[in-house]
Amino acid sequence: MAKILLSSSLAPFTDGETALELPVANVGQLFQALACRYPRLQPSLAADLAVAIDGEIYQDALLQAIPGDSEVFLFPKIAGG
Amino acid sequence: MTKHHVSATVNGDAVEFLCDSQETLLEVLRDELRLNGTKEGCGTGDCGACSVMLDGRLVCSCLVLGVEAEGRSIETIEGMAVGRELHVLQRKFLEHAALQCGICTPGILIAARALLERKPDPTEAEVRCGLAGNLCRCTGYHKIVEAVLDAAREMRGQG
Amino acid sequence: MSTQPRYQERELKVVGTRPLRPDGVDKVTGRARYGADISLPGQLIGKVLRSPHAHARIKSIDTSLAAALPGVKAIVTRDDFADMPEEYAAAGELTINFRDVTRNMMAREKVLYDGHPLAAVAATSESIAREALKLIRVEYEILPHVIDVIAAMQPDAPLLHEEQYTVGVNPRPARPSNLAKRLEFKLGDVEAGFSRAELIIEREFNTKPVHQGYIEPQACLASYTEDGQAELWTSTQGHFVFRAQCAKLLQMEISKIRVTPTEIGGGFGGKNNIYNEPLAIALSKKSHRPVKMVMTREEVFRATGPTSGGNVKVKLGATRAGRITAATAELSFQAGAFPGSSVAPASMCAFTRYDIPNVRVVGHDVTVNRPKVAAYRAPGAPIAAFAVESVIDEMAKKLGIDPIEFRLRNAAKEGTQTYYGPKLGAIGYIQTLEAARAHPHYSAPLGPDQGRGVATGFWFNIGNETTAALNINEDGTVALMMGTIDVAGGSRAAMAMMVAEELGIPVDRVRPHIGDTSSLGFNFITAGSRGTFAGGMACVVAAREAIEKLRSRAAGIRDVPLEAVVWKDGHACPAEDGARQFAPLSLADIARLAGKTGGPISGHAELNVQGAGPGFGAHIVDVEVDRQTGSIKILRYTAVQDVGRAIHPAYVEGQLQGGVVQGIGWALNEEYVYDADGILANPGFLDYRVPVASDLPFIDTFIVEVPNPNHPYGVRGCGEVPIIAPLAAIANAVENALGIRFCDLPLSPPKVLQGMDEAAAGGD
Repeated sequence: MAKILLSSSLAPFTDGETALELPVANVGQLFQALACRYPRLQPSLAADLAVAIDGEIYQDALLQAIPGDSEVFLFPKIAGG
Repeated sequence: MTKHHVSATVNGDAVEFLCDSQETLLEVLRDELRLNGTKEGCGTGDCGACSVMLDGRLVCSCLVLGVEAEGRSIETIEGMAVGRELHVLQRKFLEHAALQCGICTPGILIAARALLERKPDPTEAEVRCGLAGNLCRCTGYHKIVEAVLDAAREMRGQG
Repeated sequence: MSTQPRYQERELKVVGTRPLRPDGVDKVTGRARYGADISLPGQLIGKVLRSPHAHARIKSIDTSLAAALPGVKAIVTRDDFADMPEEYAAAGELTINFRDVTRNMMAREKVLYDGHPLAAVAATSESIAREALKLIRVEYEILPHVIDVIAAMQPDAPLLHEEQYTVGVNPRPARPSNLAKRLEFKLGDVEAGFSRAELIIEREFNTKPVHQGYIEPQACLASYTEDGQAELWTSTQGHFVFRAQCAKLLQMEISKIRVTPTEIGGGFGGKNNIYNEPLAIALSKKSHRPVKMVMTREEVFRATGPTSGGNVKVKLGATRAGRITAATAELSFQAGAFPGSSVAPASMCAFTRYDIPNVRVVGHDVTVNRPKVAAYRAPGAPIAAFAVESVIDEMAKKLGIDPIEFRLRNAAKEGTQTYYGPKLGAIGYIQTLEAARAHPHYSAPLGPDQGRGVATGFWFNIGNETTAALNINEDGTVALMMGTIDVAGGSRAAMAMMVAEELGIPVDRVRPHIGDTSSLGFNFITAGSRGTFAGGMACVVAAREAIEKLRSRAAGIRDVPLEAVVWKDGHACPAEDGARQFAPLSLADIARLAGKTGGPISGHAELNVQGAGPGFGAHIVDVEVDRQTGSIKILRYTAVQDVGRAIHPAYVEGQLQGGVVQGIGWALNEEYVYDADGILANPGFLDYRVPVASDLPFIDTFIVEVPNPNHPYGVRGCGEVPIIAPLAAIANAVENALGIRFCDLPLSPPKVLQGMDEAAAGGD
């Protein structure tokens, strides 16, 4: 089970929940599981979230594997000028 | 609208063109004579991207009318290199990485050459004041000033 | 990330040297072709009618008189474009709300700012097009407007969008408001953290919107054919993203639009998004002629960019020993007429330079009657850093600790938990601070009325979608096709250098070009300091693929197994173990035989590049204040930055120098000024004053190289960090000179004089 941590900026969309465990094998599965659990998080998941898997940051990487015991952090994606 | 017939010299070549009364020298150079090296950054004489020489005087070509060129001599960036030989300033700008996007570069080169013709041995402050009418948003001017000072040294034969 | 090559320490021949830029000669001779330099036979000139009001309902638009003017070939208004519902759609990797994009491109129900487009005309000459604009009749119902961010958040403020309910608050508000979004980031327990603090400082800061100020106004040329194909030439930071946005707005298939990027005359984030491009295509479609549209400088100021103005409240608590125990910030940013300011990244990097156990940051994205803001170099970060680094400076001073030492005691390092998300990876903030402290500038003497200031900056940097292709020519030279725009920092040179390093050939044998949207797969905009990082990654992957093919051909030519061939110094050589000896083959040897050994040799890469390495900068500035005029002179400036690895050090220095000077302009001169009617009062370079050469000293740079482990050459990206620190560094230097802390920018002479008068009168 991967340990999933959500940035506090996402709390308004998850009724305050920011830590959970989910049996997911990649980022796409993680996003699907989160969208089921927190429908109001769906727009953010579709648009503007990045993940850090054990400290390595991924943006737009639905197929990126999530190892079983890893720590995954979700937070807003970055663009730039 | 009747157009005016104008004869002038551009980079040593005789040219003739037709222009409206309100057409600027910048528009004539770019649109009539297809010399696109001179750039428009503001159209109000504030940025210097359209700097050219008019009878040996540095001007913003966006503030000169096309009809004013009658019988006069204009020098643009396209005439700065002689054949394959870049002007010292052009070469120094490359060597010193004194340009990034390059949109201000033609105007700055023309202004820098005018400055060095007037002042072959300028101080850093004189270079900075001499180029104060030419905006560059990329470089912070650092490498431009270095390149002009280095070009001045070489042009004085102290290369 | 497993397919991406990681950092490898090795001997370098090309990377780190300073060859001349491949685009250089064209730029010093006037040959380089920018947006306005492209023309087609038979082209028309397009011009835009813009709102003269800050806020008004459009009752009617009558174009009949204009259409009757001889020479006018097409007019488009809101009626020529499909409305788009509230939909956050992917435009490439950029997520935008097309309801807003289509309304910003061409006003529908209301005009929302001075300069908002209402109609566009294509005519046989610019003067006819201008004449036609005057003949368009628009009936307005003028509405009250709001310009200031705090005023816009008041309950009785004029409302821009009647259906805008704040996102990010629970439950959803009962009434619509100008507060488009609220963000909150939390770590630890700030109340407990402040209770442990022995000194607490609380301050409020304001910055004005500033424009990216690229010298080349937006310019494009579109040609739409009778079989529904569009070609577009434009000055852009991302031609693939422009293509995606045009396709969506014009309801066209992506394959029917081909975008060729011109040379770009500066962007800095301001050329990330479309303005005139869809209008030009629509006008071309309607007129059956190519249409060229070039903005005036006034249009650039009124309707493109700028970055947000911001209000930032900061509270910081620390122990006497100089450890920060808690920090809070509330950032309210002007988004302009539509939501989407840079308040999110600004909130995320406000305190990220420091290891603080208890943090709360709240961000507000606020719509006001100004042009929709665009990204500007490290979007939002300078505003946040101005506030935070000013308070850090004051805290260090009150604690009697050297400001660099205070930062070192609290510096973020590898493993530091951020308040927005993950722990930080390998970073070089401490090394950057130490290099600044050791720099001779930091200990040089100061004269009367002079002061020294320090501040630091952090930016995330990004990777994203990137492609590259390299073709080995028959003579062994290389054509390198990149999909990522060289926004002028010199990434073409850097890419060619990395390819030359990989292939083991001189850099002048690699000729880089930017491909159009049909020649390569999708690329994200050049933003987030990703050009050399992500583009470089794609080039290295492509080069390594080509090397595999070169090895294979060599093995075939020499009739040895593939594993007996290694690539070294531009040659296929026998492997170290020496099991199979053969005469080495050069790249040129193999290239010459390519046609007879299987066909042309190329390498390519299509990646979504991950693993960007954050960048940190530490700046030192000396100022002198003229007590008579209030003017501030920059005497000396030193920018220290961890760039991971400088591929071409001169171009990295150029990024640092250019970014610093934009920051100096932001600190001292630049601001949008609106009159009481909400009309921009200074839409030109005369009254919007960017720094000129005589305002400035040389900008010294010191490059720190802590390699990014996720890039084959350790690149982090370097373009954005340099603009972050100058605002606070200068304010801190002025405080050091005068003993007055200024919290509002710009530090223009009248403001400085007023501050001195107030201080003399015993004010705060």
